[in-house]
Amino acid sequence: MESVACRGCDLLQRIPPLGFGGKARCARCNQLLAFRPADPLDRPLALTVAAAIALVIANVMPLMSLSVEGRDATTTLAGGAYEMWIQGSEVTAAIVAFCAVVAPACYVALLLAVLLLVRRPPAPHWTAELMRWVDHLKPWSMNEVLLLGMLVALTKIAQLATVIPGPAMYAVGALVLLLPAITSSLDAREAWRRIAWVTPAGASGAGA
Amino acid sequence: MTSGDAIGGMQAGLLSCHCCGLLSRPAAPAHPGQCPRCGERLEWRREHAIQRTWAFLIAAAILYVPANLLPVLTTNTLVSSQSDTIMSGIVFLYATGSWPLALIVLVASVMIPLGKIVALAFVLVSVQRRSAVNNRQRTRLYRTVEFIGRWSMLDVFVDTFVVALVQLSPLMAVDPGPGVVYFMGVVVLTMFAAQAFDPRLIWDAAASRKADRGV
Repeated sequence: MESVACRGCDLLQRIPPLGFGGKARCARCNQLLAFRPADPLDRPLALTVAAAIALVIANVMPLMSLSVEGRDATTTLAGGAYEMWIQGSEVTAAIVAFCAVVAPACYVALLLAVLLLVRRPPAPHWTAELMRWVDHLKPWSMNEVLLLGMLVALTKIAQLATVIPGPAMYAVGALVLLLPAITSSLDAREAWRRIAWVTPAGASGAGA
Repeated sequence: MTSGDAIGGMQAGLLSCHCCGLLSRPAAPAHPGQCPRCGERLEWRREHAIQRTWAFLIAAAILYVPANLLPVLTTNTLVSSQSDTIMSGIVFLYATGSWPLALIVLVASVMIPLGKIVALAFVLVSVQRRSAVNNRQRTRLYRTVEFIGRWSMLDVFVDTFVVALVQLSPLMAVDPGPGVVYFMGVVVLTMFAAQAFDPRLIWDAAASRKADRGV
């Protein structure tokens, strides 16, 4: 049995052996401590490959187009941020580009690298650094907020002109389904077990 | 579980890495050093959690004022020019018949940012007063703030794509207003505030009170 101190309330407790699909929650604050999905690494890898494809489509294809009185306009994901930059809102443009393009792309790319590296344990110790960045990027990768934002924008513009959703919109929709599916099928503890330690195991009296 | 047999990691001298979760016993408790597995810098509690959370929170509360007063979009047509704040944008959505969208934007842009600031301030004050009641509810409140924070970015994305698409000058063009950047500041700063806080502080008060009583 593995001991942990809950990251929500610091309560020391042991995680009992879990069956497939089993979850362990903190007895005091209900924080999720451990989760054992049936297929802890291969299924997330398959979903991450799918997410990478959807991500490319979302960034390359047109997002939506508009036509009014014989004039047309089309935008892409990055094009939206670029137009904000042109219009003088550079800071907004940079943050939008980060949350809509850069963070999701880095998140998926790093996750893909980690999942490929842990297939042949022990993964090199710098895999831990990649895992850390995956954690940091997660809250800033805002695909679901982006999708809802685009739908509201579509409705707003629909009062003024005819708008047509493009293929990138559907790709973002696919990402909104794929990214939570990756999170809920990935066993981070299993991934950590397959990564080599920065210091040789046991050297600093670790493990209780 | 009764509170009698609940031992925190810190009292036991054990520290969980907040990156990989490994439980370790630091050789020198004053300077825990690095996690032996993943190399993350170990901390008993997030450094200066209360001061940093307050700093982000106060900055966010200040930006909340111009974010709501300044226009976020300016619509220029051949005959007119109209500026919209976040609130008047919601009224526009409601007036044009899409009340579900108006409700979504109202919740995401007005209620969530304000709720986040109030909720985090409440949790901070309760931690500073060493409150030991309703720990579970306060932890849940913090987790909710952490989870829903990103949804406030909604209005920024809406404005971005309206601006990006409606550039048909001189017929009609929509330009971003100065309010957008303040509003985004509120969202980003409240997200930083939630990340700077350490929910374990909520539970420390009970442990230290027990220690005071000599239990």
